[in-house]
Amino acid sequence: MRLSRLSRTTLGVVTGLILLVVYVPLFVVLVNSFSTSKSLTWPPPGFTLEWWTRAFQSAGAMEAVWTSVQIAVIATIISLALGTLISLALQRFSFFGRDAISLLIILPIALPGIITGIALNNFFRTIMGVPLSIWTVVIAHATFCIVTVFNNVIARLRRQGTNLEEASADLGAGVWTTFRLVTFPQLSSALLAGGLLAFALSFDEIIVTTFTAGSGVTTLPIFILNNMFRPNQAPIVSVIAVVLVVVSIIPIYIAQRLSGSQQERR
Amino acid sequence: MTTHAPAPPGAPAPDRARDTVPRPRRTPARAASVFLSTHPRTRLALLLSAPLFWLGVVYIVALVLLLVTAFWTVDSFTGEISQEWTLDNIITVLTGSLYQTVTLRTVGVALLVTLIDVVLALPIAFFMAKVATPRMQRILVIAVLTPLWASYLVKAYAWRSVLSQDGILEWLVTPFGGQTIGYGLPATIITLSYLWLPYVILPIYAGLERVPDSLLEASADLGGRTWPTVRFVVFPLVLPAIIAGTIFSFSLSLGDYITVNIVGGASQMLGNLVYTNVGAANNLPLAAAIALIPIVIIFGYLFLVRRTGALDNL
Repeated sequence: MRLSRLSRTTLGVVTGLILLVVYVPLFVVLVNSFSTSKSLTWPPPGFTLEWWTRAFQSAGAMEAVWTSVQIAVIATIISLALGTLISLALQRFSFFGRDAISLLIILPIALPGIITGIALNNFFRTIMGVPLSIWTVVIAHATFCIVTVFNNVIARLRRQGTNLEEASADLGAGVWTTFRLVTFPQLSSALLAGGLLAFALSFDEIIVTTFTAGSGVTTLPIFILNNMFRPNQAPIVSVIAVVLVVVSIIPIYIAQRLSGSQQERR
Repeated sequence: MTTHAPAPPGAPAPDRARDTVPRPRRTPARAASVFLSTHPRTRLALLLSAPLFWLGVVYIVALVLLLVTAFWTVDSFTGEISQEWTLDNIITVLTGSLYQTVTLRTVGVALLVTLIDVVLALPIAFFMAKVATPRMQRILVIAVLTPLWASYLVKAYAWRSVLSQDGILEWLVTPFGGQTIGYGLPATIITLSYLWLPYVILPIYAGLERVPDSLLEASADLGGRTWPTVRFVVFPLVLPAIIAGTIFSFSLSLGDYITVNIVGGASQMLGNLVYTNVGAANNLPLAAAIALIPIVIIFGYLFLVRRTGALDNL
């Protein structure tokens, strides 16, 4: 297929336009974080650094960030372990019910969050009689994070085949040694990519979190939702948003480097 | 891995003195390793047990219990759930005009959002995968991914400020005699499309990346012009990826209630009804019955697309 110069240019222009529309709202948030107006007025009547200083002094915001980081880290670790196990099982073996299991893994993200949310809320409170806490959030998050790890790891397993593992076994390595020295190093960048995604997914989740968080647990999204409509707090929400986008460039850059080096090796 | 067990521990050592590798010691770990490498089914069972226990106990049990709850009722006096079997909730949801209207509205919104996202994602994914130089490609992937990391709430809030009465849209179109569309269903559709667009672009981009350039060249060599090549070569190959993308946008829109609260004005979607019944109305059985609607729709959709292989593209 040879694309004419015209269609190439058209595609490029369309891509540029879409990206422009994607970034305009984020740009508006950036500008609003410096605006003297508390009510989203455009163009901003004046500029101030007040919200930035207040955001970094806000104990509530800092606490919420810390809660979210804790939840996301633990949920990511659990989903890394479970996701690796299940992708090894599904990729290296064929057995009855394999398709059902792969459906089961994607179900927590394929079903709307509100369903997962009320199902777990009902399960914890009514059925198990467990009070909602930070741990119920971790359990809920780990459940839907498994799929991101699974996707990355199973793709890597599919691509790398079993030759090296067989060679390792032929040379006398047992299953543990083979996993530690052959399989795991090959998986490490896929695990990092899957883990980053899982972390991001957990860090940003609001719907399932609303239904599984105990009353004292305020994650960053819950903090944002609670403060979004308060006139004095709304610009601080903008500041947090800008910081999140800027900080997120680091993991995206790492993930890109990983997949890039992978392509060169191929 | 399965065919090579180490030599049995009792076997005589080879005579040749060149054998410098020490024989493995008989530790429990070694014994387990020997056992596992000769018993692949045990290995499989061990690999599966922890994840299946987690997903089974936490998720499937919770989902099934939610379905069961839909057939219970709430004692209107005490507010406690009483475990009497009844079809009342299901009947209410199926026949109540409120539920029918909201269901139609929600499915309509989800379909429109999905359509908009696919239409927007196809050119951008195609440009990224097949036209852009490798350097440009990397920049574009980052450009598409970055908004994903901005908080969902912040993006919805950003649209709230864009569309507000003295927001940037009003400011942009006023010179041309226009005015902002304000809050309501159209604003909800725009915001939801915006939120899920990266989720639709990425699978389609990955799918297009997997289409080998040699196939496109072969098609061109055989006289295929651009459009027939797209129609008969590219499209069938990326269809599973497109469907994978639509699963995201459709399902995420179907259950959303927060975006509607932020930019939807007074409009309600299924998620809002579920949320009100869990919270303010304290009627979990009715909420569960309402939640059955999106569950049935999603399962129907997953069942329809199962054969296309879309589920492997998520």
